[in-house]
Order: sequence, then C-alpha cells, then structure tokens
Amino acid sequence: MSIFVDENTKVIVQGLTGGQGKFHGLRNRAYGTKVVGGVTPGKGGSDVEGIPVFNTVKEAVDATGASASFVVVPPKFASAAIIEAAEGGITFIVCITEGIPAHDEAVTYNRLVEEFPGVRLLGPNCPGIISPGKCNIGITSGDIALAGGPVGIVSRSGTLTYQALHELSQQGIGQTTCVGIGGDPVPGTNFIDCLRAFQDDPETKAVMMIGEIGGSEEERAAEWIKANMTKPVVSYVAGVTAPPGRKMGHAGAIISGSKGTAQAKMDALRDAGVHVCLNPTEAGQKMVEIVKAL
Amino acid sequence: MDLFEYQGKQYFARFGIAVSPGDIADTVEEALAVAQRVGYPVVVKAQVKVGGRGKAGGVKLAANADEVRLHAGNILGLDIKGHVVHRLWVERSSDIAKEYYASFTLDRPNKTHLGMLSAQGGVEIEVVAEENPDAIAFLTIDPVRGLDLATARRWVDEAELDVPAREQAAELLVKLYDCYTTGDCDLAEINPLILTPDGTVHALDAKVTLDENASYRHPEWEEFRATETEDPREKMAKEKGLNYIGLDGTVGIIANGAGLAMSTLDVVNQVGGTAANFLDIGGGANADIMASAMEVINADPKVKVIFVNIFGGITRVDEVAKGVLEALQRVSITSPVVLRLDGTNAVEGRAILAPHLSDTLITEPTMLDAARRAVAFANA
Repeated sequence: MSIFVDENTKVIVQGLTGGQGKFHGLRNRAYGTKVVGGVTPGKGGSDVEGIPVFNTVKEAVDATGASASFVVVPPKFASAAIIEAAEGGITFIVCITEGIPAHDEAVTYNRLVEEFPGVRLLGPNCPGIISPGKCNIGITSGDIALAGGPVGIVSRSGTLTYQALHELSQQGIGQTTCVGIGGDPVPGTNFIDCLRAFQDDPETKAVMMIGEIGGSEEERAAEWIKANMTKPVVSYVAGVTAPPGRKMGHAGAIISGSKGTAQAKMDALRDAGVHVCLNPTEAGQKMVEIVKAL
Repeated sequence: MDLFEYQGKQYFARFGIAVSPGDIADTVEEALAVAQRVGYPVVVKAQVKVGGRGKAGGVKLAANADEVRLHAGNILGLDIKGHVVHRLWVERSSDIAKEYYASFTLDRPNKTHLGMLSAQGGVEIEVVAEENPDAIAFLTIDPVRGLDLATARRWVDEAELDVPAREQAAELLVKLYDCYTTGDCDLAEINPLILTPDGTVHALDAKVTLDENASYRHPEWEEFRATETEDPREKMAKEKGLNYIGLDGTVGIIANGAGLAMSTLDVVNQVGGTAANFLDIGGGANADIMASAMEVINADPKVKVIFVNIFGGITRVDEVAKGVLEALQRVSITSPVVLRLDGTNAVEGRAILAPHLSDTLITEPTMLDAARRAVAFANA
C-alpha cells in the first residue's frame, strides 16, 4: 500500500498552462499518474496535450472527480490557490511553490485546519509525493524511485529526498511512498503525520527520515517515535557543520541560539531508538541491512 | 533580513508605535546637529547588528555638546564583536520608571503566532525565561483572527505591567502586532519598552527581522537592503542571484538544493576537510548560473579545490556540465574541480564532460568518493 495517494488518485494541476506546471504536470502524467485536468483562470475550455483546462477548481472537480491537486503557481497566488482547492472539494493538496511569505503560510494553514478539517496540504516549498509505480505528484524524477516497498521515506529537504531514493533504489530496495514535506516554517504536513501513516500502512516495514537544522520538528518526531513507532526508523539530519544564525537556503534551516542544531536533533532521535547516520550513503547502507534482516 | 535599531524604529513609526525623537549620524558633526535638534540630554547609540553594545561601550549618555563630541568620536569606528560602527543613532534621553519586554514571532511547532510580554525588561529575555519563566506572559495568537484590543488588555493585566502603563501598552501591542503581520516581520521585539515617570509608554529599542519572501510587496524595504554590510564574496554571489554563505575553510562547494548543500558541507567535514562556503544554485539552474557559481568560488583566495555536487531534479545535469565548461572558458579557474553528478540527464552530462577530464577536472561516482578526492586536493 501507499500513504496519502495511490494508483486511483485523480489529480488536477493548478497552473497547468504555465511553464513549470506544464513541464511537471506532463511528466507526472507520463509516469502514469492520473492527471485529469488543469486549472487556469480565463483559459477554461482549452487543453494542454489532451488534458482539459478549467477556469476554477470547482469546475474541474465537478467534471473529473479529482480528489488531489498539484499547485504550481507563483508565491503571490499560491495561498489563494490552496484555499480555492479546498473550497472546490479537493482533499489532498500538494504545493511546490517556493518563496511564500511566512505570514501567508500561517494564515492558510490555520484556515485549512479551521474551515476544511478533512483536507491535507503537503508543502509548500516541497518536492511532492511519489508512490513508485502508482502516482507521482510533484517534481521528483520518477526513474530514481523503485516500486514494491518496503521502505517509506519522509524528508524535509528536496534534493536529499532524491538522494535518499537513489541510495535505496541502487541497492534494489523499493519504496512504498516517498513524501517530501518541505523546509518552510509552516509545513502543511509534518514528520509525525507521515510517520503515523507509515506506522499504519501494512506494506511499509521500515522508514527513512531525513531532517535538517532549524525548528524542533525532528525532536517532536523523536518523541512520537519513542511512544508509538514499532517499525525501524533510519535517520539522517543535514547541517551538522552549519554555523548558527545563518539561513541555509530556506527559511526553515536556521540555527537560532542553542536551538535547532543537528546535534540536538540527532541526540533526540538516537534516544528514541532511531538509527542515526552521519551521511545519506551511510543511511542507505543501514537501511539495506535492516531490510535484509526483516 | 535583520534591521539596524534605527531602521527598526523608523519601521515601528510607520505603524504608529511611539519611539524617542532622534536621527542617524555618520559623523561627529552630524551627531552634534541631531543632539541640538532633539534637545539634551541625548543617548548616542552604535548601530550594529549584534547584541551587547552597551557592555562594549557602544551606548553613551551625553548631557552637552562636549560629551556628544567625545562619545560620538569614540563610538564611530569602534569594533563590537567584529562589527565596525559606521553609523550612530542619537536620540533624546528618556527618564525611565519601568522597563518591560514585548515581542511577536512565529511559534513553529504550534503553527500560530506567539506574543511574549514581561514586566521584567531591559535584560536578555533568554535569561528571564530561564531564571524566572513565570515573569513572561505568553500569548498564542491565531493568525486568522489576529490580536484585538480586548485580548491585549487582558494580556497586559496578566503580565502585571504597572497599572498606569497598561492601557497605553495594550494599544501599542496591537500596533506592534500590526507591524509584525502587515509589515511581514519574522520577529518584532521591543526591549526595553519603557514607562516614563510622567506616565507615557514607548519603545526604547527595536529589533526587527523581515521575511525576505515578502519583499515583493514591500518596495520600501529597498532602503534597508542598501545598508546591508556583507562579506564581499556574499555580495558578488547575491549580484549573480546565488544563495551563498561564506565560511572559513578551503573546499569550495557548489550544490543544488539547500539540503544537499548542507549535507555536502557535512560530508567534507567528516572526511577531514573544511568548507569554504555554502552555495545552493537552486532548482532549475542552467549553464549560466553554474558558470557564475564557479566564478564566485574561484574569486575566494582560500579555496584550494572546487567540489560540485549535483543531484538533478528540476536541475538538468547536462546543463550543469555545460556551465562547468563555460566557466572554464570564461575565467581562469585556478583550483582543481571535482564533480559528482547524478539524477536527471546525468548520463548526458557526464558525456559532455568526458572529453575534457584531466588531472584537475575529475568526476567521481558518489558523493563520499568525491568528497574524499576534493579533501585530498585541499590538504595536499
């Protein structure tokens, strides 16, 4: 099985007629994802290589029965697009947009929680989700993933998500689902949401968790793992050598004061019984050992 | 983006938050003119983006022109923890009856805003939090609902601010919240927020961090950007649109994605090297961006080797390879280059580089192998 999406998930792309939306939307379709529509205000009635385009999410959902949306629009319009998706009946929203102001993210997240409790947002500023062989929503290159499980991956960093997939696939270890939760300060889906889903998924036998400096999500995940997780978890946290007070690329990745260091995160994870590795390759090797011993 | 105190106060003033009358001064003469204008006694304050100015002698009271001359002369050019003072803020000195603390920031675990208010201001809030946590009144604010005056009134009661300060403080907190949200701050902090003996409340200091993601809706931030002092390497990188942070080591690093770039630093460190920088060329980088990245790293005299670590996603490895060749033609790259290329179009990328490989242009199959090779060059 997979988490959050599967082979029946119907997806619309908000921003399908834009450069990025078209590129990734078509790539997702080519992978086998059921990309059933696109949304661009004012372009309803047209199509992108056979994918029908609608003016609103509501129209797209009514016509196609889609339950998931892939939001690929500029930061200015992303918050409104996410809310429109929820209002239009979408229950799983993947937003890859980078550069959304933190205050907009905070308002959007809380509006979703308060007004649309059944809706899950993944991202923003994330690579998306791939369930190998079934569904790929986002910018992950499908050919680095391997179907069949038994490993679930959850990662805060984009390129390290690819690295993790690559390390496992090269060793012949497949994945049930790989979720990139993104590095922004207010992620719609966090580590614990994914760990819980992997714990409940019978086909996922072990989990790879990729963290990075900043915030305290890894520490909270460690607490949750300690109390609830029975499946083995292998982890790598990026940024051991990052200097405090400097933003490493995205808003989330900053060490403030003595908090948010990679060391503190690794200590918390180790204390929770997680196999903590010092680089992605080591994490891949550790996972191979674990899977072979299953 | 962190603001200087004076910029923070100017930003506060836009939202109607009371600050002391004052102005900036870059010379002793300007300081004298400001003091004359706002009236003695004045406080002369070093403008640096680092804490502990007072202890370092960067904040002085001046009762007359001679004292302004003396203190301004001493503080200008002063080195405070590596930050040289080029600018002063001169403001009318305030009589202080009480010092409070107030701030707003994002509570990331709760995904709400967090207000902190304390009747014990003027000292570091971290110290208060540790020694006397009950002295801080925390307020969780739903970003959708915001902060209204009624809530602010309950909050100042709970924080036990002095009664004469409460109503003014509540009104000021609502304005500060407006500044924090409408003004797109990551942090808006006043320490100290003071009550004067004649019963007025105003901000005596300002610490503001702006969210750069919101800069598209704040054209007024341009003036703040103009005063950003930075490492010349970082300046050059920023002009070329690169996400670069200068460090002290000898291995120049280019990677795509913040996570992979951080991880590259870690791996270099693990195999006995030190990184000269953090450089994320971002998603979808093309040959031109790659060439610019090589130029920036090449300009750093400490760099002994350049380690290019790319995992193509949106970024195509063939574009990266073209960029490397372009950079080698455009500027004379003095250091050896070690590359690890994987992901989208990696086969095509490696093929582009194949005819050009040499003792100083090397590809390695994995990140770890490449790190070892790069560090061997750096430590040779």
